Amino acid sequence: MSDTLLDVRHLSRRFDVSAPWLNRKIEGKDKVYVNAVKDVSFTVAKGKTFALVGESGSGKSTIARLIVGLLEPTEGEIVFDGTSLARGLRGAEARRLRRRFQMIFQDPLASLNPRWRVVDIIAEPLRVFEKTMNDRARRIRVGELLTLVGLSPEDGIKFPHQFSGGQRQRIAIARALAANPEFIVCDEPTSALDVSVQAQILNLMRDLQDEFGLTYVFISHNLQVVRHMADEIGVLYLGRLAEVGEAEALFATPQHPYTRMLLDAVPDIEMTGRRRKKVEGEIPSPIDPPPGCPFHPRCPFANERCRIEIPGLTRRGVQAAACHAVEEGRI
Amino acid sequence: MSKPVLSVRGLTVEFPTRRGLLTAVEDITFDIMPGEVLGVVGESGAGKSMTGAAIIGLIDPPGRIARGEIWLGEKRIDNLAPDEMRKIRGRRIGMIFQDPLTSLNPLYRISRQLIETIRTHLPLSESDARKRAVKLLDDVGIPDAARRIDDYPHQFSGGMRQRVVIALALCADPEVVIADEPTTALDVSVQAQIIDVMKEICAERGAAIMLVTHDMGVIAETADRVAVMYAGRLAELGPVASVIKDAKHPYSQGLMGAIPKLGENLDRLVHIPGSMPRLNAIPQGCAFNPRCPKVFDKCRIHRPAASEIEPGRRAACWLYPEVT
Repeated sequence: MSDTLLDVRHLSRRFDVSAPWLNRKIEGKDKVYVNAVKDVSFTVAKGKTFALVGESGSGKSTIARLIVGLLEPTEGEIVFDGTSLARGLRGAEARRLRRRFQMIFQDPLASLNPRWRVVDIIAEPLRVFEKTMNDRARRIRVGELLTLVGLSPEDGIKFPHQFSGGQRQRIAIARALAANPEFIVCDEPTSALDVSVQAQILNLMRDLQDEFGLTYVFISHNLQVVRHMADEIGVLYLGRLAEVGEAEALFATPQHPYTRMLLDAVPDIEMTGRRRKKVEGEIPSPIDPPPGCPFHPRCPFANERCRIEIPGLTRRGVQAAACHAVEEGRI
Repeated sequence: MSKPVLSVRGLTVEFPTRRGLLTAVEDITFDIMPGEVLGVVGESGAGKSMTGAAIIGLIDPPGRIARGEIWLGEKRIDNLAPDEMRKIRGRRIGMIFQDPLTSLNPLYRISRQLIETIRTHLPLSESDARKRAVKLLDDVGIPDAARRIDDYPHQFSGGMRQRVVIALALCADPEVVIADEPTTALDVSVQAQIIDVMKEICAERGAAIMLVTHDMGVIAETADRVAVMYAGRLAELGPVASVIKDAKHPYSQGLMGAIPKLGENLDRLVHIPGSMPRLNAIPQGCAFNPRCPKVFDKCRIHRPAASEIEPGRRAACWLYPEVT
């Protein structure tokens, strides 16, 4: 087992989605909360890719934001390389840690400032973290970064709108790499792109990982992409981890009924003639999740215990599933 | 051999702009047989949605059909007057769009939208139309249809809403349904359900589907034949299984290799360098030639036509001699 870089412990995040105060007073409503993330724990090893998959509303983007500190956890703890990024971490210490991780977002048009030239966009992390760097050195470094992601240094004087979607995502990657991070959180980095461009970006991300020994937390709803990128996978359902495990094993022998259903739902592009099982139901509203195991209304193996008791993760070899049926050996 | 229900011959769509004439769709020819699902696949800007819009007569001005013919059975429909086309749209050609929230009116109950559509096209009384609407909702898999018909669109989930849109497209038993990215806005598990519904319903009613999507997986699950489009032109057309397993056009080969697959674990995906040209910068000769790994001199000068390379398969590529 290699070194752990990121350790997420019992992470929870609750959002207040109540009506405004006056409406609550007049209409006699209570406060309403959404548990976007509930009791999620996993570890990411150095130099590896940990993928989080799930459908809309499963809490995967919330976890990404919690890790990089854009949101504060309601409960739980995130430990990065032995240091807890607990609430209240401020000042120089925080800045020193923060420069070691970066984030890449889904829509590069939204994450790049349209009124800045590319060279300024990529140089910004350098201006923040490398205060001693002079202009000339910074310009050279930006040129290197642009070359690294497959663009040319001359592209620096252009604006983001002058690039195609794939090229914009390359710029976002170059900016993320500017501060020499060890760890990058990628939130659906290719889902806004066409397949041939997606292949280019995925290849680039793997090359960069090999070159710089980067660690990725890779968030996606696309199981094929996750299969291609990940060493380890966590499957999220309604804010909870349904299953975690090594990528190979998880795809070969999925344990949790939700993982099985998700794999069954992937279109059979290889035309193997595999029969798909019918998928039942949809994800319930996270405001009012079902009691017990959140998956029980859609689960073919649910029994009385599943309707009442929330299952915890039970480890079996390289996989762990949160399922009573798996634990009891019913499936 | 039965007659095609929809026949597109040499369709060309142009947009005159201040900076010159842009050709969004160029010389597209295909047939759809009754009950058949034809997949149209391509990346953004390939002209696949524009082809669908041309067939239903909904190209936004200044765009226009510059050349070519569209035949619906025995009737030519590309040159019809707007009010004649309106009678065909919805009645003989149904439509399903990507985002169910924009194709449903948020202020009207589902019942009103369905009944209005049914009564516009079919001579039915209010109560008969309502019965038909409930039956349709039931067919597309909406539980408790008789009660839910009086709900508003926002009371349905994304998947259920897309089912309502499918019911709306099928109101008047059309011969052809044009489905433009019907599952793109949905989660995988819901997408699988919608694919099943579309397949079942169309098989039962004998309606043909033109399924426009960027997702090769959806095509593999649903379509009988597939047309691969690139830069407004047809790159390849053939039965789904043969195009997926044995693509002929270098673009379709690259496209298939670029899709990560569950069954294999490759270090690298097939890499097509560059991206699709913009409409004002389509290269001379074959539109794919700057990105093509097998390019030779002829490709840079002469444009290949989509000619038959095997019975039932066409490819627009100079690598393949035409079968005569």
